[in-house]
Amino acid sequence: MSGASIYASRRAGSLYIAPFAIGFLLFTAFPFIASFILSLTDARLQDQLGDAHFIGWSNYAGMWSDATFRKSLGVTFFYVFVTVPLKLAFALLIAVVLNFKLRGIGLFRTAFYLPSILGGSVAIAVVWRFVFAGDGLVNQFLHGAGIGGVNWLGEPSTAMFSIILLRLWQFGSAMVVFLAGLKAIPEDLYEAADIDGASRLRQFWMITLPLLTPVLFFNFIMQIVQAFQEFNGPYIITGGGPMKSTYLLPLMIYEEAFKYFNLGYSSALSWVLFVIIALFTALAFWSQRFWVFYAQERSDKGGH
Amino acid sequence: MSTASVHGWRRHLPLINAFIRYGLLIGIGFLMLYPLFWMIGGAFKNNHEIFASPGFIPAHPTTDGFTKGWKTSTEYTFATYLLNTMKIVIPKVILTVISSVIVAYGFARFAIPGRKLLFALLMATVLLPKSVLLIPQYLMFREFGWLDTYLPLYIPQAFAVEGFFVFLIIQFMRSLPVDMEEAAVMDGCNSFQVLTLIVCPVILPAIISVALFQFMWSMNDFLQPLIYLSSVEKYPVALALKMSIDVTEATSWNEILAMSVIALAPSLILFFVAQKYFVEGVTSGAVKG
Repeated sequence: MSGASIYASRRAGSLYIAPFAIGFLLFTAFPFIASFILSLTDARLQDQLGDAHFIGWSNYAGMWSDATFRKSLGVTFFYVFVTVPLKLAFALLIAVVLNFKLRGIGLFRTAFYLPSILGGSVAIAVVWRFVFAGDGLVNQFLHGAGIGGVNWLGEPSTAMFSIILLRLWQFGSAMVVFLAGLKAIPEDLYEAADIDGASRLRQFWMITLPLLTPVLFFNFIMQIVQAFQEFNGPYIITGGGPMKSTYLLPLMIYEEAFKYFNLGYSSALSWVLFVIIALFTALAFWSQRFWVFYAQERSDKGGH
Repeated sequence: MSTASVHGWRRHLPLINAFIRYGLLIGIGFLMLYPLFWMIGGAFKNNHEIFASPGFIPAHPTTDGFTKGWKTSTEYTFATYLLNTMKIVIPKVILTVISSVIVAYGFARFAIPGRKLLFALLMATVLLPKSVLLIPQYLMFREFGWLDTYLPLYIPQAFAVEGFFVFLIIQFMRSLPVDMEEAAVMDGCNSFQVLTLIVCPVILPAIISVALFQFMWSMNDFLQPLIYLSSVEKYPVALALKMSIDVTEATSWNEILAMSVIALAPSLILFFVAQKYFVEGVTSGAVKG
């Protein structure tokens, strides 16, 4: 008997994935479509859904004249465009430094990874709020150095800086992924490059980085998707302020629905966020043939 | 260039290299972990001292922050909120593990009609922003009469809604040979027995990774409880902490820091005990894939 015959059973297989199929329809597909339909209505949280009216594209058309939306959109793009490249660069840099046979290197990996495990919690957001408060940790250091304090969370530009720093602080998970990618690069490639007299920097550009592109691609997608959805940090640290300077789109979506009860408008906003994330993901997947090298390709491109 | 001809200061290059690496790592590591040290130290300081110096070692250690913070500004102690958190997190972890293993087994081993499409949908759930589902889900659970209960927080997990976890287990299962499973079938096992008796023990590392990640994420979750829970007696730690900064932030930092330490303690302990599973979990999707 070749192959486990039970695995040929389509009925058994379908039964195993049934929970996913049901859950997908009920908790993903249905809400996904329903939120689009809601976005074409003036539904309010406190009313029965039957009382809502179909108002076409008005919610979407109204966004462009909504100063809060324009501000929120700008702030969101700024946040994502600053945090994602910086976080990836930093994660890669530290991973390269860590990819070295030294005593105690595991300890450092643990230390750098820890913030990404805890960073999304309310407790850390609270600590962050205290660190950047008027009489908080950072200002105490500045006073100690004879520099006047900065009103970190009270000024638009520095408030954004504090929120960005919280995300950069969590570079550990991307670093761990880079580190695993670095370990998978065959040692003999570097030995060959050494014999050819290639400098370390050149080796990094010619060997390390190209072979790391699949991992970089994975990290890039995950970071983009996560950064666009950041909620806890700004909600707890700044509440989106001052003057909406940290009012990321997920905050606006939440407040429109659950503070101002505009379910229709909030749904439209969430669809805008979805389309933005989908466009970035699609762009990344489309572009990977230009810059992502997979292992099979290497065998015929290898050598000099 | 052969090593024999290396001379002068270049001889010391490996040493200098190691020195720079250690220096960089220690410097950055200390800077990064300082807020955590400061939080723990601050929990054992009095409020005056927190504002007086940026150091993290308390000069006059006190447990005031813990005793007062534990009482909270509400009629419930912090124990209530910790217990509430567990009432959410434990069912969530158990349901996630069971449903993810079952679904992953189906994907990894069986010939299923429309397998490619279903797998693409599974991966799409990883990338889909949760906020686009938030309002219809809320309305749906309102129709069910589940508002202000824990049900909306964990019932969906019984249906393998987190594609990431299913994917992680699929990857692990695919790396295993099917010989053992075939042998079990010849001995007369049905597929469910094969899954529970043969496959589950082998994929235990992946199961532990899934359980740990779901535990951490659920401990950190804030938006879902914020939307679904309205009575304070049902609040988990995340909501209780947010409430405490709204009420007592101006006065009692040590209480809030002490409760933050307690809120992070379960995650911290688990992380140090089981960090290899976190590393394996976060890398298996990216590197093997």
